Amino acid sequence: MSSTTEAPVPQPTPRAEAEQPAIEARGLQKAFGDLVAVDDLTITVGQGEVYGFLGPNGAGKSTTVKILTGLIRPTAGEARLLGRKLGDRRTKREIGYLPELFRFHDWLTANEFLDVHGRLAGMTRSQRQQRIPEALQLVGLTGRGDDRLRTFSKGMQQRAGLAQALLHNPKLIFLDEPTSALDPIGRRIVRDVIRELSAAGTTIFLNSHLLSEVELVSDRVAILNRGVVVAEGRLDELRPQGFAVSLRLDGWSDERRDVVMRLATIDSLEQLADDLAALTVTVPDEATIAELVAGLVGVGARVYEVTPRKETLEDLFVNLVDQADGMDLKVSTQGQADTP
Amino acid sequence: MMMLLIARLTLQEAVRRKLVWAVLALSAVFVLLYVYGFQIVVDDFEAFNDQRGGEPREFLPREVQMSIMVMLGLWTVNFLAGVMTIFAAVGAISSEIEAGTLHVIVTKPLNRFEIIAGKYLGFLTMIVIYMSLMVGSVVATSYFVADYVPPNILDGLGLMILVSTILLSLTMLGSTIFSTMANGVVVFMLYGMALTGGLVEQIGTGIDNDTMVRIGVASSVLVPSDSMWKLASYKVQPAIAVSLTGPNPFGTFVPPSDFAVRYAIFYCLAVVLVSMAVFQRRDL
Repeated sequence: MSSTTEAPVPQPTPRAEAEQPAIEARGLQKAFGDLVAVDDLTITVGQGEVYGFLGPNGAGKSTTVKILTGLIRPTAGEARLLGRKLGDRRTKREIGYLPELFRFHDWLTANEFLDVHGRLAGMTRSQRQQRIPEALQLVGLTGRGDDRLRTFSKGMQQRAGLAQALLHNPKLIFLDEPTSALDPIGRRIVRDVIRELSAAGTTIFLNSHLLSEVELVSDRVAILNRGVVVAEGRLDELRPQGFAVSLRLDGWSDERRDVVMRLATIDSLEQLADDLAALTVTVPDEATIAELVAGLVGVGARVYEVTPRKETLEDLFVNLVDQADGMDLKVSTQGQADTP
Repeated sequence: MMMLLIARLTLQEAVRRKLVWAVLALSAVFVLLYVYGFQIVVDDFEAFNDQRGGEPREFLPREVQMSIMVMLGLWTVNFLAGVMTIFAAVGAISSEIEAGTLHVIVTKPLNRFEIIAGKYLGFLTMIVIYMSLMVGSVVATSYFVADYVPPNILDGLGLMILVSTILLSLTMLGSTIFSTMANGVVVFMLYGMALTGGLVEQIGTGIDNDTMVRIGVASSVLVPSDSMWKLASYKVQPAIAVSLTGPNPFGTFVPPSDFAVRYAIFYCLAVVLVSMAVFQRRDL
């Protein structure tokens, strides 16, 4: 289940900075009194990756981002961003951040807001003059630069916040639920922005409880539940192996069963009528589906329906979270609820 | 300089949120009333003198009467400025934490103490400008209406600025520790305590009660705002006025020492440093 780095933790090599992982966290923990929000978090995010950080509400995603951006202090563990310790001023220049509860000084116009944040990020006047219109355009707010943020809708404010996060061309961007206030078009804009940044080599740490969002853009994901990483890996690794396919045929026979068994495993079979059978099978890859159909037709079957049922990350997510919660329940019945 | 940028933002916010205009408008009303009231007092005084056929045998000498009017104006300015300082700065840090506006600033390449320093500088600038305008208005009124200029007025102005700065420092500190609401309550209570403590000390001096005097001294160690006001009021009154009016909420004849002034300045610095240290460690 866990493909987290178990074996020797990669040692920071004394190579060029570009070779350093963008994020390297070891055993991070944050406890608020008795409540452990994040526990023993160990992740490594390579430079240029889009890293999806998934979990249900309250799993500790925002807390993790807040630790990494220096807003809160971990109670244990350590982390490095771009090869440097947390809180290093040089690193702060190279990271961008869009908080989950994005609220800005709404008495500023969008241009002023970006100008202030550009200055805070250490950009020169000419850099700001060039970059602010670009950033506004990237998030679809061209022409609104002179309007006060107060007059913006929630979704527009969130996009202005995104412009703020990418303004200074950071190497690493933390986006905490960046589409929470957005309509479908806004979501698409954010997705495009993430792809564009990724193409330019920016590392993106994307927090979300929406799998569909993460699935579309992430290279790798970690699934967090109750402060603990329950799975981590590349999407194709995490996704359940094989494809489920449901079929409808004009009846069933041993001959047909042999054909199917040669290529796939049968998950369920139902004889709906003398001349109608429904079955679900799992095939190793998509190409086998065609072979399977050809095989069945070859032994005289009529195939009425072939529906590949792609298992999504969503299923995996729900399964993992359920499992973890089940474990937790068992533990808590024995005594003190304590996340392992 | 990030500190200057934050200071500028603080000033800009006060202007954009119309805080500045509201304060200036209300202060203008106060000045108009003050001019009117001062004029009436001067007219009365002159009418009284005319009745006596120009023979100056007043209840109090003219200088003292005019000085009382100036003190009344300065006391009001001092009190209002203190209240406004607390109100303006009560959420300096806490409200920005509560709203979340600070999160994207703290993660930028600047130190947290620069945020405190910048905000402090922004509010201090407002205090200096406001105090100068208001004290200037009071003195100008006195000069043009009554042809009277109080002594040592620049010292007085400086000390009154120090009064508000003490309150600003306390409010900033509270704002890094408490929620905005709690901070408002705490700082206001301290302000009230300082005022009452000052009064208790005055009465103690008047009736020669050591315990009351000690209470007053203790309160001015805790919050030295009222003792600085007393020194200011002592300096801007002519000696004759001080000795004639005796101890009262507007003044004293036992002025705080120079040490008290140094203490108050040190107090401001220390409180600001503590608020920086608190904010530095705070989880946002």
